[in-house]
Formats: sequence, structure tokens, C-alpha cells
Amino acid sequence: MVNVAGPADKIEPSFLEVSTNKYKGILSWLLTVDHKRIGILYLFSMMTFFSVAVVFGFLIRLELIAPGRTIMGPQMYNQLFTLHGIIMIFLFIIPGLPAVFGNFFLPIMIGAKDVIFPRINLFSWYLFITGGLIAVISTMLPGGSADTGWTFYVPYSVRTTTNVIPALAAAFILGFSSILTGLNFVTTVHRMRAPGMTWFKMPLFVWGLYATAWVQILATPIIGITLALVIVERFLGVGIFDPALGGDPVLYQHLFWIYSHPAVYIMIIPAMGIVSEIIPVFARRTIFGYRFIAFSSLAIALFGSLVWAHHMFTAGMSDTAQFVFSFLTYAVSIPSAIKIFNWVSTMYKGSIQLDPPFLYVLSFIFQFSIGGFTGLMLGALSVNIHLQDTSFVVAHFHYVMFGGTGFGIFAAMHYWFPKMFGRMYNKKVATWAWAITTIGYNALYFPMFIMGYLGMPRRYYDYLPEFQPYHVASTIGSWILILGLIIMFTNLIVGMRRGKKAPANPWGGATLEWTTQSPPILENFHTIPTIEKGPYDYSQFEIPAAKEAQ
Amino acid sequence: MFRSASNFSDNVDAVFLYIAGLSLIVLIGITVTMVYFVIRYSRKRNPVPKNIEGNLTLEILWTAIPFLLFMSMFYFGWVGYKDMRAIPADAIDIRVTARMWQWSFEYPNGVKTDTLYVPVSKAVKVDLKSMDVSHAFYVPAFRIKKDVYANKNNNLWFRSDKVGRYDIACAEYCGLNHSKMYSAVQVMEQKDFDAWFAEVSKKAGVQPTLVLQLKK
Repeated sequence: MVNVAGPADKIEPSFLEVSTNKYKGILSWLLTVDHKRIGILYLFSMMTFFSVAVVFGFLIRLELIAPGRTIMGPQMYNQLFTLHGIIMIFLFIIPGLPAVFGNFFLPIMIGAKDVIFPRINLFSWYLFITGGLIAVISTMLPGGSADTGWTFYVPYSVRTTTNVIPALAAAFILGFSSILTGLNFVTTVHRMRAPGMTWFKMPLFVWGLYATAWVQILATPIIGITLALVIVERFLGVGIFDPALGGDPVLYQHLFWIYSHPAVYIMIIPAMGIVSEIIPVFARRTIFGYRFIAFSSLAIALFGSLVWAHHMFTAGMSDTAQFVFSFLTYAVSIPSAIKIFNWVSTMYKGSIQLDPPFLYVLSFIFQFSIGGFTGLMLGALSVNIHLQDTSFVVAHFHYVMFGGTGFGIFAAMHYWFPKMFGRMYNKKVATWAWAITTIGYNALYFPMFIMGYLGMPRRYYDYLPEFQPYHVASTIGSWILILGLIIMFTNLIVGMRRGKKAPANPWGGATLEWTTQSPPILENFHTIPTIEKGPYDYSQFEIPAAKEAQ
Repeated sequence: MFRSASNFSDNVDAVFLYIAGLSLIVLIGITVTMVYFVIRYSRKRNPVPKNIEGNLTLEILWTAIPFLLFMSMFYFGWVGYKDMRAIPADAIDIRVTARMWQWSFEYPNGVKTDTLYVPVSKAVKVDLKSMDVSHAFYVPAFRIKKDVYANKNNNLWFRSDKVGRYDIACAEYCGLNHSKMYSAVQVMEQKDFDAWFAEVSKKAGVQPTLVLQLKK
């Protein structure tokens, strides 16, 4: 460990003890406008939703261990995969990195005392919670929870008798939370950077959040309008998307994916930012190709907004549209490839310490690459026709969203944990948890590629006996994965309460959050720092000696 | 390796294997390099790191080479797809109707069945229509799929050169029994097909013709 003694190590009451308001206890949290406390509010609410959705995922996998009925009926199954999707997408992975780690670290990393609109920041958490609660309540109302899949495809979603409207309303409200966070971040990055923090001295996580924030602002309103139109259609019988009323279901698909495809990039770009933060710190050298990584985030945000119809290659679009969207899909893969090559090159001639955050990053690169490569297979038109709506697609997006972003979130949790809570988790246990989750993860999702190519459609409650071996392998993988998750979270929770006190800069990071004490004080800095060095300049540190994980 | 039974299967598999093969090579390349760096430049073996800010030549190379490879993948995918869109003029025209949760097939002379019987080595065009929500007509062994809507006349075609029975699945989520919405394509020898078709036509009281009949 690197321990740079400095004024920051003089422990003062941290943000955990000092609140921004006159209240004590729970109210001091619920009414806080401190970006760090809001980040932690998001962290705990998000992790709660994540755990619930993991349980749903576990039940789905258990049902699929054998053909026919195993533990539940088809209606229950359809509702569970819908809830699993809605919660994971809207309540875990979209807010995951920006709302938790973006809120906590973006202001510190650019040398600011808070985001530019702290009250709007708190308001967006309330919108998040309101949306989440409506989603939870909708599952308990008569009629049962929605069974449409998280995509809410019309006409099924206007015909089903389940509670689709509350689920749509929840997603609508969550959209506003996302827009406000995006607005806050864009403005904060433009207006609040410390003296000397030029655009190209910004940490790459900030670049990622910045690119993401634009997508949040520009794309999210479209899903809001679309979901509102579905509500209008269901309530008032106006024909917009339902063919029985004179509407067009393909129009719905276009509008849905104009948001939901960029949303994929809302999920992945900040995770790429995390990876770009962690590799240099543990390799003790500067990042390779800083500007290429920074600009590739913007390129992904831009191109990513133009590829939505590759979710609809079997919908019967014109051949021109098929041609253009397939072409653009390949174009958007290039910036992601650039990032991967730069990350791997950053390890070249480094001095690498295999601490848990770095291990999660290695898994990220491996799994995200598989997600990317299988995306290339799906981008080819003739192959897409065969693979569309099979479990190959399910495996592909889980490799990107979970193997990529999910592991990015785990990496971020292990990297910033000592800064957020001022304590350290047990690194040996964290390393075991990493190994088990990585093995379980791949065992769970890889078989889905194979059975998908063999013709196993997605969202199937029952299946032909020939697919069973793959389903069994996948279900066993889910058990290993969950075991790993339990170890990981237990280790973190124990570390939070009883871990060793962490120094200000346990990893020897050069970004600004490591110059504050652990945990940081309210408003982060006594005096706003002036920035002279780049974010990955480790010349000020001694190189710590090789050390085993402890 | 995979069950393949239509004029498209081999091409789709070839494009897939082309992309998968290239991907596997690059994936192994990335992973081996990464693991090698992690071992070779571990804190123990390489206590003093070297700062390298970047390398323009490398950046250009790893932008240009993937771009060219991606364009080849795009091209092969497009070419294969164009074949799927080029419906032969002499194809037998069969109307497929999807409803929750079953398929039905109607031959040009009005004969209706719940399994799709087709002669071997003959082009078959299917016109897709849904009676309710959206479905998707999917024959994995043929590598073909198309969404089925109530307000849109989607179609696709295939030619199977292998006698046999192949699954038809619904690939667009359509509610409670989505996973039970299976039917089958029965590919028959020409003479078997003719005999079968003559028999069902006789039962239905119509001429056994595969040319579209004008409705009286």
C-alpha cells in the first residue's frame, strides 16, 4: 500500500458525521444535499433492488433447470423475467455508476465542493425512490405485476390484464431522475472544475460520466413520451401503436429503442471510465492513449444514438434501413475496440499489483470483449435473422451489461470502498469472491450462446428436451455466481462496520479524491485545489514494494 | 455441426463461423497478452514501471484493421441477407396465420393445415399475418425468422433440400403460452407431397392446385 502522509490524514469529522442540515439520524440523510450522502443513499437503495432482482434471476434459472413445470407456472415465470429486467435495467444498472459513484466522486475528482444543483440532486433521488416504490406496489395490486418483458412491446402490453400502467409510470418517473442527474453532471463539469483542471486533465471516469450525461439528457425524454403514449392508448383507446386501433407496433419499437439502445451506452460508458481509472493506479503508470479513450467515449455516445433499429432486423424494415443500421452497428464497435487495446497496452511495462479492483477489471475486459465480439455476430444481417430473440441475444447483452457494467460496478465498489467508508475490506476474501463470481458468471451465461445458436428462443418458460444440458449448466452457474455475490457483499458489509481503518490513499491514486481524507469531510476540500499534474501522474509517489494481498 | 436444412443455412453458418473465428483469434490474443503483461510486469518482476503516453501508429493500426475486418463482416452479412429478400417468382405461396398460441397454414387453393407441408427442393414463400399480438415465425434449422404483425404483410422464403421435420417456433414474446407456440415444417419428397396434397384437397372439395385461386 502507498501511504502518502499529508494534511489529509489528519482526521476530522467526515461527511458521515457532519450533515448539511440541522437534523440528526435518518432525517439528516433523507434531507441531505451533500453529493456524497446522496451517492450513498443511491448505493443502498440500488443494492436493495439489485438483490431482489438477483433472487428473481435465481428463480428463473431454477425453473429452467428442467423442461415443463419445475417450481412455478408460466404466468409467474413471465412476471418474474419482466420484473428482473425492469429492476435490473431501470433501478440498478442505469443509475448504478452515475448516480452512486458519479454523485460521490465526480465533484471531488474535478476539485469541486458539490454538484452545481445539490437540491435537484436530492430531488432526483426522491424521483428514483418514487419510481422504485411504484414498481414494487404494482406487483401487489390485483391483476398482478406486468408480464410484458421490460420492453413493454405493444400490442401485448395494451392487451394484457396485468398492471402495466403502474410499471410504465414507474419507468416514466425513473426517466426524470435520470435526466436530472445528467443535467446536473453536464453543468457541473462545465462550470465547477477547479483552477487548472482543463478538459484533458480530467480523469477518464469524468469523461465517461460527461458523455453519458448527454445521452441521459437527450435520449431519456423519448422513452418518457413513448411510455406516456402507451398510457394514453390504454386509458383512452387512442390508436397509436395497437393495430386493432389503427396504430403501428413497429413505430413503438422504433421509439422504444431510440431511447433504449443509447441507454445501453448510459450503462456501459461510465463502467469503461472506471476501468480507465483503475488500470493505471494498479499498474503504476500513465494511461495509454488518454485522448483516444476520452474521445472514444464521445464517439460511442454519438454513434450509439444512431443504431437503435438493429434490435428490429426481423421486423420487416426496408432493405435500405437494414443496410444503414447494420453498417452503423459495426461503426459503433470501433471506439469500444480502441478502448480495449488501450487498456491492455496500459499494462505494458507497468508494475502491476493484483488487488481486488484490478482483478475485477481483468474480468471486465475479458467478458466485455466476449460481449463485443458476439455483438459483431449479431450485427451481420443474415446471422442476426437467425439469432434475433434467441438466448444468444440474452447471453450477449448479459456479457455486456453484467460481465461488463456489473463487474465495473464491483470494481468501483472495491476501489472506492476505503474512500467512501474510511475502512478496508478483507482483500483475501474479496479475491476469492472475485474468482467465484467470475467462474459462476461465465458458467451461467456462456451456455446460452450455444443453445441460442441451436435455436432456443428467449423468454421461454418451457423448452425442447434437446436444450436441457445447456440449461442445467447455466443453472448450476447461477448457483456459483450467487455464492460469489454473497461472499462479496458479506465481506463488504463486514468491512464497512469492522474493517481496518483505511488511510487517505490506500492504492496510491493520483486523482483528487485520494487527496481528501477517508472518508472525506463535508464539502470535500478546505481550499479548492489547483491542478498542475495529469490524473495518472505517479511521479510523486514512491513505488511500493511487492506485497501479497492481505 | 449445426442442424442445417435450407438454402440459407450453410451461408449463415459460414458467416457466423467467419466472425466467430476472427473473434476467437482476437479474444485469445487480448487475453493472452493481458495475462502475460500481468505476470511479466507484476510488481515483483518489474518494480519500476515505465510511462508510455501512447503511440499514434498503434492507434491508427488498431482503428484501421478492425474497421476493415468489420466491413468484411458487414458485407458478408448483407450479401446473405439479400438472398433472403430475393423471393423467386415461382415460389409456392403459403399464408401463415399466427394467433395466441398457434400457427395455421393456408395453401393457395384454400386448404388449411396446422403443420407446414412443403415439397423438397421447391421455393416456398410464406406470407405472415397475426390475428392478435405480435409473434415471430422462426425455423431454427432453416436460419430464418420474421416478425408477424396484425397490420403488416411480412413475408419470407426458403427452399429445403433435405426431407425431414423441422420445428417452427414463435420468437416474439406473446404471453402465457409463448413457449408452447411450436409447429413444424414437414419437408416431403415431391411425389409424397403431391399425394398428400391431392388427398387433403379432395377432402376440402377443392382442386389440388398450388396456383392462387380467385375467390368466387
